[in-house]
Amino acid sequence: MSGLHYHYQVPGDDVTRAGEASGAVKSTLKKMGIPPQVVRRVAIAMYEGEINLVIHGGGGEIDVDIDGATVRMVLRDQGPGIPDIQKAMEEGWSTASDSARSLGFGAGMGLPNMKKNTDEMTVESTVGEGTTVTMVVRLGG
Amino acid sequence: MGEYVHSVTLDTAACRGCITCVKRCPTEAIRVRGGKARILKERCIDCGECIRVCPHHAKRAVTDHLAEMERYRYTIALPAPALYGQFNNLDDAEVVLAGLLEMGFDEVYEVAAAAELVSDATRLLLSQGGLERPVISSACPAVLRLIRVRFPELLDNVLPLVAPVELAARDAKRQASRRLGIPASEIGCVFISPCPAKMTAAKNPLGTGRSDIDLVVSVSEVYPALCSAMRQAGEPGEELAAAGRTGIGWGRSGGEAAATLHERYLAADGIENVIRVLEDMEDEKLRGLDFVELNACSSGCVGGVLNVENPYVAAVRLKRLGRYRPVACNHLEDAIPPDAKWDREVVYAPVMQLDQNPLRAMEMLGRIQEIESRLRGLDCGSCGAPSCHALAEDIVRGYATEDSCIYVLQEKLGAVMTSMMTQGFAQAEPEKEGAL
Repeated sequence: MSGLHYHYQVPGDDVTRAGEASGAVKSTLKKMGIPPQVVRRVAIAMYEGEINLVIHGGGGEIDVDIDGATVRMVLRDQGPGIPDIQKAMEEGWSTASDSARSLGFGAGMGLPNMKKNTDEMTVESTVGEGTTVTMVVRLGG
Repeated sequence: MGEYVHSVTLDTAACRGCITCVKRCPTEAIRVRGGKARILKERCIDCGECIRVCPHHAKRAVTDHLAEMERYRYTIALPAPALYGQFNNLDDAEVVLAGLLEMGFDEVYEVAAAAELVSDATRLLLSQGGLERPVISSACPAVLRLIRVRFPELLDNVLPLVAPVELAARDAKRQASRRLGIPASEIGCVFISPCPAKMTAAKNPLGTGRSDIDLVVSVSEVYPALCSAMRQAGEPGEELAAAGRTGIGWGRSGGEAAATLHERYLAADGIENVIRVLEDMEDEKLRGLDFVELNACSSGCVGGVLNVENPYVAAVRLKRLGRYRPVACNHLEDAIPPDAKWDREVVYAPVMQLDQNPLRAMEMLGRIQEIESRLRGLDCGSCGAPSCHALAEDIVRGYATEDSCIYVLQEKLGAVMTSMMTQGFAQAEPEKEGAL
């Protein structure tokens, strides 16, 4: 079984386009007949990742591989990188200023939410070079 | 009656096979084949968009007709709130209701009155908790059908209450039967409907096994007769109007949501906007909301395709009409009556799924991707499918061939012509030689 591969470019200058890639993957999984609750986890995780690509990474690319058992999403950017990944993974930790947070931005839920909705997640990042997030969701639920 | 009963149908003679409706359909349920539009029954949600956009009036809503009232000993008109928006300078609904009696109905039960009970029940359910937030309104049958085929994860958020017209029919029929001492089967509840999806909902209900709505007649059919009846009707002996501002407000977008008396609500109308909100809800982008009202038609029910008046004009009229009415005239006594509740679950209808077996579906998706890469990506619709992707899907499903694409066909013909020309020369050469 060769599996499916999809590649998406996510432009860094257009927030309104975030969600296009996750939307396409969502529709593909529904056509495969993957259980709705699994589709939703993929959609949520990938959308969060896409938003991160736009807001923090200055855009990037996403590769999605679907085989019979898993969907694997690799999101790459050449942005500023994350100095302390462990801290970034803590719920509520955010780089946003207090005033931005009072408006609902930077709740510090992005990466934790991605982790919560996936079965495996790794974050590799080098300051000044960029970040790669790899997420795997098992399709059986 | 099969699993899919639809109100939206095609007049084959009038259809010219243009792709206006194909492009517009929110569930990709229409294809042009053999020069005529075909509706894929399992995908159609009866939203009526195709009826709205068809330039040749080939898409029609099959509804019941007033003449069928004769089948019943006692008839009850159930006017939708949207009906009041069709008339100019209406200060109260009284004259419309009197007109309906003048037309020959034995009784009138306003759907707006039942809507106030549904609003009460909604508030009760919201205060009790236990429902997945945000709660999505279940009143628009096209939206409910859309969620069932495209957004299965959101089915748990849908308000498990019957639509106001269903509650109106049940209540009206039971009361009349008791009061007159005649069996319910001899009483006909006639809904005067702004939309075809309500017709489908009455014949093939979701969330409940039975409907007490016996006939669904369009606002546009009732309108001419009602206009003259309204002129003839004298002063009614008793006050007929039984709905307040809340119930009348249900006819336009935002009315139902405002009646929840919750501040954190959203009301979206128009099928594309509804789809965008549902996509966002699915991705958990909408947080901190209690209630989401969704109407497939722009402006809400006043935007239904079976109405006569411009939706925006009708919406303003409803607002004006409500101003002279009490906030609400109908209230639940204590608990939610069983008649108002769903009695069966609405289950996911995976009509977009390619195959029962995910591996086979995956293999099909691989072929779709490969075919799509050969198509131009113009989404021109000339093949009869709404997009190149949809055509690729149709090919893999076995409903079309790559030659359906006029560009693929053009290339093939070009290749054939070139090869004929070169072969023609090649064949001509030896003859020349022979002649020499």
